Amino acid sequence: MTTPDPMAEIRASFFIECEELLEALQDGLEQLADDASDIETINVVFRAVHSIKGGAGAFGLEALVRFAHRYETVMDAVRSGQIAPDDAMIKLFFRCADHLSDLVRGSRDETELPTAVGEALLGELDSYLGGTPAEETEEDIDFQPMGLSLDLPGINSAPTANTLQVTFSPQTELYATGNEPFKLLGNLAALGACTITLDASALPSLEALEPENCYLSWTAELESAADAAEVASIFEFVDGLCALDISGGAAPGFPDLPPLDDIPLGAELDDVEAEAPVAKAEAPSAAPAQPPTPAGAMADPSGTGKAAPSAAKSVVRVDLDRIERLVNLVGELVINQAMLSQSLEQAGLSPHSDAMNGLEEFQRLTRDIQDSVMMIRAQPVKSLFQRMSRIVREASAAVGKDVVLSPEGETTEVDKTVIERLADPLTHMIRNAVDHGLEDTETRRAAGKSAKGTVRLTAAHRSGRVVIEVSDDGGGINRPKVQQIAIDKGLIPADAPLSDTEIDNLLFLPGFSTASEVSDLSGRGVGMDVVRTAIQALGGRITIASEPGIGTTFSISLPLTLAVLDGMVVKVAGETLVLPLNLVVETLTIDETNIDHVRPGLNVVRVRGSFVPLSDLGVVLGYRPHLEDYIDRVVLLIALEDGNRAALVVDEIDDQRQVVIKGLDESFYRAPGIAAATILGDGQIALILDPSDIISQAQSHEHSAITARKEIAV
Amino acid sequence: MSLSILAVDDSRTMRDMIRFALEPAGFTVTTADDGVHGVEVLDGMAPDAIITDINMPRMDGFGFIDAVRGQDRHRATPILVLTTEAAPELKARARSAGATGWIVKPFDPIKLVKALHMVAG
Repeated sequence: MTTPDPMAEIRASFFIECEELLEALQDGLEQLADDASDIETINVVFRAVHSIKGGAGAFGLEALVRFAHRYETVMDAVRSGQIAPDDAMIKLFFRCADHLSDLVRGSRDETELPTAVGEALLGELDSYLGGTPAEETEEDIDFQPMGLSLDLPGINSAPTANTLQVTFSPQTELYATGNEPFKLLGNLAALGACTITLDASALPSLEALEPENCYLSWTAELESAADAAEVASIFEFVDGLCALDISGGAAPGFPDLPPLDDIPLGAELDDVEAEAPVAKAEAPSAAPAQPPTPAGAMADPSGTGKAAPSAAKSVVRVDLDRIERLVNLVGELVINQAMLSQSLEQAGLSPHSDAMNGLEEFQRLTRDIQDSVMMIRAQPVKSLFQRMSRIVREASAAVGKDVVLSPEGETTEVDKTVIERLADPLTHMIRNAVDHGLEDTETRRAAGKSAKGTVRLTAAHRSGRVVIEVSDDGGGINRPKVQQIAIDKGLIPADAPLSDTEIDNLLFLPGFSTASEVSDLSGRGVGMDVVRTAIQALGGRITIASEPGIGTTFSISLPLTLAVLDGMVVKVAGETLVLPLNLVVETLTIDETNIDHVRPGLNVVRVRGSFVPLSDLGVVLGYRPHLEDYIDRVVLLIALEDGNRAALVVDEIDDQRQVVIKGLDESFYRAPGIAAATILGDGQIALILDPSDIISQAQSHEHSAITARKEIAV
Repeated sequence: MSLSILAVDDSRTMRDMIRFALEPAGFTVTTADDGVHGVEVLDGMAPDAIITDINMPRMDGFGFIDAVRGQDRHRATPILVLTTEAAPELKARARSAGATGWIVKPFDPIKLVKALHMVAG
């Protein structure tokens, strides 16, 4: 590890800030789309772009600066009322915002920037500005690093001259800007050997004196290597607020000088200082910045009180690594606590003993700590939803449909990692909704719907999980067509009797694509099966609900966190395994009345009138051969994503408890059906199973006589 | 002698940059997020100089300079404006609002330090 480079840190923080600014820009543009006349919103979007430009300039990100500047110029014209924004312009602003975010990310990751798109957008932007090319040339100059030196007219720059004569007569306005002749002359004196003389000849008598007017001027004799331009740079800020004359080459002891003032430098500066109080006394505005007011605001308690509101919303930015570390430590704490409670139990302590009571409290605290730590990782889904609104814009433009995205529940908080890993599946689902879900404009009109299609994107917390829904108000799933495609592709037998839900779930089968001709948009090869796999990898489920003519809704249900799982600990063939508790809907014991032997290797269990295929976990995982007899075995009824159920045989149920998920990294073979591992209270390692994967494994092993029904149940 | 600086900028990056440029040079830097916040923070301190951005929410740089100059004790406090625009009319406007000087963003840390020493000693 190298020591952190402060510049690199600021740079990293700049890109984080950019994300926030882009979010504000997006929000502002959405408000503008509703009400383009709101001046404060225009200010907000302008500032967002402006701040990105400012920071980008500091890091020399020229492409970003250049685009942001031209973008901002048009916004500025809107802000100042030169251009009235219309729909087309707001749409352009949206696309520019998209491009800006590409540039920001490209600059951050140092990837190649999409310049061609940028040029096209700049062309469109410039068309709004009409004939103001003069401004354009000035812009370019803006971002040249600008020196403080200034070429004043009337400067005799004589580089060889070592002696310069400077006459400086401040005007009254000079004081109003907080400039101070004493400091200016001090800066001048710092350039070399300097003799400064005061000319107080303009000072009127006391009764005629205006206290805030300036009557003094100075002449300085400077012996220095500095040239006239360098001297002039000292006076840059007061250019126009004083009479300044710099001439070079004059001999020391200039005849015009009153000999009286010809004093050596050290004493001279004292002299200036001695003169200054006169100016101070008579011109209070020239006084140094000491607080003369008796108000004593420094000690004013109300001062701190006033600062409080803006401090209240303050946030701390923490490196994600540190949070990860904390999450891991809390995970260890949970494991440790489980071990402790196990050993206390084994020690045979009375459940009413102090130790056991204390342990209970300890468990509660651990759980609270864990929840709080998880909350640190939680983020509102807003940033994700904003990315989706871009997808809708691009997708609808590509297929020529008029589509609006209506987001809801943007403040719903979800684990950061989940948000990141949801981006791809969600993008695909949104594209699908625009491309396949919504009808084209004519069809919509014919069906009596509004020409503008709506894609709703919602997020909400529901019973300890996060539910994200993508729904469209399109024509719904064309079930006969879906079924026909599945039959044509050989995914199901031609005569399979399928329920509506089962047909809908065909969309999730690998190798299924509804569009007869694959469009550019939804892409080739990436089907809903990939989406489902991604959601499952997050410990989530995806379901479809569709109604002909009304629309289709995809629901994703996700756990709040990836780090902890409520698990059911079971034993199979001497091995301890963990199943996600939320998937276990019911447990039962097999007896003669509820098991049916269909054929060798396939049993079904009867649960309240319906048959559920029975799989032996020990067999599926290869721990043991088929048992002769399943009577009295324990069965877990597992809920599958499609609403179907499967039954898993285990030897015994050990416990229901929270387990900390320990990922199996790349060095482990990815065994089907194994999701992760955990450490149990006794220090033993147990595998966490992915039940739906297990069941699909089990059923694909039973290759003979697979019924369509079971294939769908996968 | 350590000079105390109040830097007002709505961009966290710029505030960090100013801090990064000035603190190694021995300045004590206090920051505020916008004009309104700047006025509040100013209430509790007496900076040797103020640096302010122009484009800010709630109260922009011009409004902030106005508010500062309106206070008796800050009539002569040096104020430097940080601006991305080098346009003369912006400088003129900053000056008429009462700014002491200006620094063009992106700024060179050495020049910022120099400018502060020039106006604040």
